[in-house]
Amino acid sequence: MVEIKGLKIYYKTLRGDAKALDDVTFTINDREILGIAGESGCGKSTLGNSLILLKPPMKYVSGEVRLNGERLPIDNTVEMRKYRYKKISLIPQYAMDALNPTRKIGGIIKDLVGQHRVKYEEIEGRLHERLRMVKLSKDILNMYPFELSGGMKQRLVLVISTLLNPDLLIADEVTSALDVSSQKAVSLMFKEFRDEKIVNSIVFITHDIAVLYQIADRIAIMYAGKVVEIGPTEEIMKNPLHPYTKALIKSLPNAGIRHTHQKLEGIPGHPPNLINPPEGCRFKDRCPFASDECLNEPPLVEVEPGRYVACWKVKGR
Amino acid sequence: MIRVENLTKVFTSGGIFSKNTIVAVDGVDFEIKKSEILALVGESGSGKSTIGKMMLKLLKPSGGQILLNDKDIYKIKNNKEFYSKVQGIFQDPYSSFNPIFKVDRIFKLIKQSFKKEVSSSEWEGRVEEVLKKVGLNVGDVLNKYIHQLSGGQLQRLLIARALLMDVDVLIADEITSMLDASTRVDVLEALLSLKEIGASILFITHDLSQAYYISDKIVVLYKGSVVESGSIEKVFSNPMHPYTRMLLDSIPQLDRKWEEDRISVEDFDKSRAAWKEGLCKYIDRCPLADLNCVRPKLKLVEEDHYVACVKM
Repeated sequence: MVEIKGLKIYYKTLRGDAKALDDVTFTINDREILGIAGESGCGKSTLGNSLILLKPPMKYVSGEVRLNGERLPIDNTVEMRKYRYKKISLIPQYAMDALNPTRKIGGIIKDLVGQHRVKYEEIEGRLHERLRMVKLSKDILNMYPFELSGGMKQRLVLVISTLLNPDLLIADEVTSALDVSSQKAVSLMFKEFRDEKIVNSIVFITHDIAVLYQIADRIAIMYAGKVVEIGPTEEIMKNPLHPYTKALIKSLPNAGIRHTHQKLEGIPGHPPNLINPPEGCRFKDRCPFASDECLNEPPLVEVEPGRYVACWKVKGR
Repeated sequence: MIRVENLTKVFTSGGIFSKNTIVAVDGVDFEIKKSEILALVGESGSGKSTIGKMMLKLLKPSGGQILLNDKDIYKIKNNKEFYSKVQGIFQDPYSSFNPIFKVDRIFKLIKQSFKKEVSSSEWEGRVEEVLKKVGLNVGDVLNKYIHQLSGGQLQRLLIARALLMDVDVLIADEITSMLDASTRVDVLEALLSLKEIGASILFITHDLSQAYYISDKIVVLYKGSVVESGSIEKVFSNPMHPYTRMLLDSIPQLDRKWEEDRISVEDFDKSRAAWKEGLCKYIDRCPLADLNCVRPKLKLVEEDHYVACVKM
């Protein structure tokens, strides 16, 4: 289980700090796939990256992260080395394009586990078995990354990042560059890795809510550095409570909708500037229900068991 | 309006000793009529962008022809005349504009190059009108630099630009894939307003839900060949080709979960073993295929619905 409490991560800029993650609190349960969705710039990638490597201009401000009760030294890049890849593994966005093109895939994996003082021979059997799970032949270990298609590379990256059976796997936009057929295959393989207990929990970051609906157990919706709603997938999709979640789901074209039958609506306006975010609710300028009470910041509260929303207008508090 | 006949593109790679040829587009035919949106869908590498580029005269076809109002576009020598009728919009809006110009200057440049006869005051009125049509606020965009605008706003500016030029044909290549869901819809609506004034639009995408939302017709490509085409309502309600069926099955829906037992991934060994010249290109992934599946031709299966599969 991973508990994130009051986490604040800012980016240093010349004009002041951009508050990319501002007081974020939630837990990732055991054996769960938690989906995180939101528009670009909402802080979803910052959240994933900060749990692995806080690289300047990113800076830790406050808050804590606990992995199975143990406090993670996320503000100390040297101390974090003990946890990286072994306990927490990240598949960054575009990871599949970051494979060294001059090395064979087997060599890349040998180097990587060597960095973590694990002998290649120890994990070789496991590697072959995992490649079989994602339907890749072990011949690819003798090939170069550019010989694989996007879907195959992404499956390979999944295998590489989970070789040491981490507790938490963070997958950042892993299916965004893929075609629908590979997207389905790769997403379901993530689910299989969780079901087979290769990883304990998965955080699946994406802007594609339709994919989350397919594989996530719970969904957290982020907006401008804050979690605005979190709850079980089925309930978030069928009965969204926060006005932002509602608008976001309404803007998605589902297969089977034609413009002649039903007009979709976008969300007017932009997300706020994170260097000087507005007082109170950060969505209020785009929100159709906003009123004076929204000048105060709404806390993320439990409105139903397991269902958290940060909005003054949501009844049930 | 614009018609593509037996369009083919062959790329060659490699040096003197090992020459590889890749058939990126393999005898493709389709037509987009006035006020029609045709969706060109397929996986990466299926040749959809190559077709778009050839229709914009950015890449010379290896065979076949592209007819704009029954005239071969490669016979139109005056490029200015051609581009006043055919325009393209691409995936990354930030790289489509000159970053040192403000938006109003970009619109002035169109007048200077293509619409010299219009008076300045009339032009300003027109600019305002088209911006409104694509859902943009004049005050919000006109006096801004490109980096001050969002991706969705820029894509709509490009559509506004096409509206101003009264283009006959617009090639829209993955124009929404870099945008957030909340702004994507506005771009699709802007495209529909361009269709209203009579433009023919080629909507290249890998997102089938969006294709269905705005298009009238669809062409499904696999490895450069058309596997299924026709009215989008017919293809979506009654997909016949195994590839189209698999694609439609894989769309992540908001009200239905994936059937987990039907995963289709490319199988390396199988594709190397199964592939022979003259066989169907989809043979390695097709659940119905056997080694008798020779290269199929597009056949009419019902009114306005064509399928290329020998098993049909």
